[in-house]
Amino acid sequence: MIVYILKRLAIAIPTLLTLIIASFVLMHVAPGGPFTAERAVPPEVLANLNAKYGLDQPLWRQIATYLWNVVAHFDFGPSFTYKDRSVNDIIAQGFPVTLTYGFLSFITAVLVGVSLGVTAAIKRNSWLDYLAVGISIGAQVLPNFVMAPILVLIFTLSLHWLPGGGWSFDDPRFWIMPVIALSTSYMASIARITRSSMLETLSSNHIRTARAKGLPKRKIILRHALKPALLPVISYLGPAFVSMITGSVIVDVYFTTGGIGKSFVDSALNRDYAVMMGITILLGTLTILFNLVVDIIYGWIDPKIRY
Amino acid sequence: MVIDETKMTSLAEATSREDVAGRSLWADARRRFFRNKAAIFGLGLLIFVVSFALFGNLLAAWNNSDIDYNVMGDATASAPSLANGHYFGADDLGRDLFARTVQGTQISLLVGVIGTLIAVSVGTVYGAISGYFGGRVDGFMMRLVDILLAIPYMFVLILLLVMYGRSIGMLFVGVGLISWLEMARIVRGQTLTLKNREYVEAARAIGVPAPTIIRRHILPNLVGVVVVFATLLVPLMILTESFISFLGLGVQEPQTSLGALISEGAGTMSYGTLWQLAFPLFFFVITLFGFYFVGDGLRDALDPKER
Repeated sequence: MIVYILKRLAIAIPTLLTLIIASFVLMHVAPGGPFTAERAVPPEVLANLNAKYGLDQPLWRQIATYLWNVVAHFDFGPSFTYKDRSVNDIIAQGFPVTLTYGFLSFITAVLVGVSLGVTAAIKRNSWLDYLAVGISIGAQVLPNFVMAPILVLIFTLSLHWLPGGGWSFDDPRFWIMPVIALSTSYMASIARITRSSMLETLSSNHIRTARAKGLPKRKIILRHALKPALLPVISYLGPAFVSMITGSVIVDVYFTTGGIGKSFVDSALNRDYAVMMGITILLGTLTILFNLVVDIIYGWIDPKIRY
Repeated sequence: MVIDETKMTSLAEATSREDVAGRSLWADARRRFFRNKAAIFGLGLLIFVVSFALFGNLLAAWNNSDIDYNVMGDATASAPSLANGHYFGADDLGRDLFARTVQGTQISLLVGVIGTLIAVSVGTVYGAISGYFGGRVDGFMMRLVDILLAIPYMFVLILLLVMYGRSIGMLFVGVGLISWLEMARIVRGQTLTLKNREYVEAARAIGVPAPTIIRRHILPNLVGVVVVFATLLVPLMILTESFISFLGLGVQEPQTSLGALISEGAGTMSYGTLWQLAFPLFFFVITLFGFYFVGDGLRDALDPKER
């Protein structure tokens, strides 16, 4: 097991380095720096600015400094647009919000998706099954940026039940729409995957044996069928996590929740490379860590994995 | 929104099964495809969307860039009406929404198809080479794919678009270049089984060089998987493009795409101009449905297995 974990780590670390170095190099070969504004800056000022942010150093040196600061001090440097704020400040402000509704959405998607899928598989060809399949097909074409306006249209503009945007940690009414918008399409995918893998498991030999020796249906499903049926779901969690993180950008922008995604889009529009890189690296790290955890869980559940 | 990998592997196995004498795999598949009602429905939707994109402009009473000052900024006058030629209404600048939707559909389809072509050609060649040569080459090439897959690509794509200009060309390349990875994995898997076939062995024995074997014997046998994967990839590309355009980072005015139109519609929704959201959304949804149904139909036709 330890060897397996170490092997996974051996992939995770180069991935992270590749991400950091690649985005750094991309940023530097790009035409136009962070200080090329519409209004031309005098060359002396530009030289001073570049010196202040270390942009006059050779590229390898800048990468080394940046890497060192990120790894050793968790410091993403100053923002290029806001003189009084560092990238860390911007992240610290928005990240808790994103993390809160992201976590809630993920849990919702997994719990609802798995139960929907299992129910559909057990009650095959019943109205429940058709409903579950119908929902999962419908949700496939309703990504977060389509869900968000539709939800606002229904719950804010027509029914006046929920606030159309904003965020408060104390008031769950602000959480509902972001969570629904973000989780729906993943919930649908998870339900579909669970259903088809549950159906396959239910027709396998060990389930037939369990039924033959007269175990109650409940026990068969919870004890014997659920675990193998969840394997494809677990391997889907990694990609789902990545695209949920991406989807949080839409939620932040559309619902003005003040999360990290809005800062990313703003910094993209302002060409504030430091903030963009900081957020990309932070979310990349999260993704990589999450994949690591998923791999370990997978290796733990599936006895066929050799390590 | 991730293509289910287990289904693709099962498909890969089915298409690489050796043909039994009798009807060919393709004739069989065609028969099954045309018996599948969902697939035919999807095909119908696609034909409708494509003809709308190609010939819609012939029906339009207005040009997509002309401004109708009679309806500009007037929420009631810009409603859909046959009398003034705005069949789908007008947007907040008084431009004809019918013509704009035609334009948006064209661009979305174009991004989807070109992005897919890039992804499929890069992925197929990469996967075939990696699988055919095997050993250390394969190990290195696949490790690279693993690393790239773990990066939250949407952020990198936005980074690229911001740094190198938000042009449609850049969007094509960016969207295509990040989605060849899964294709490469699947193609590699199938190449591994194909390369041990007798005819490949025979070709090697009479001294056919590796590039010729790949071109003549491996690639033609990959067509099934590649076609299905490509059909399912197009809607993902369209989703990606719409996502970026929704944030305002993709296609720029005066050009537009379905994502950009949905974004505009969602922004003006609260003034009661619902048609600005509804029509682009309708075309977006049926395009995705069409591609999904046809893709699933093709997969089931090539790999008949009860799910």
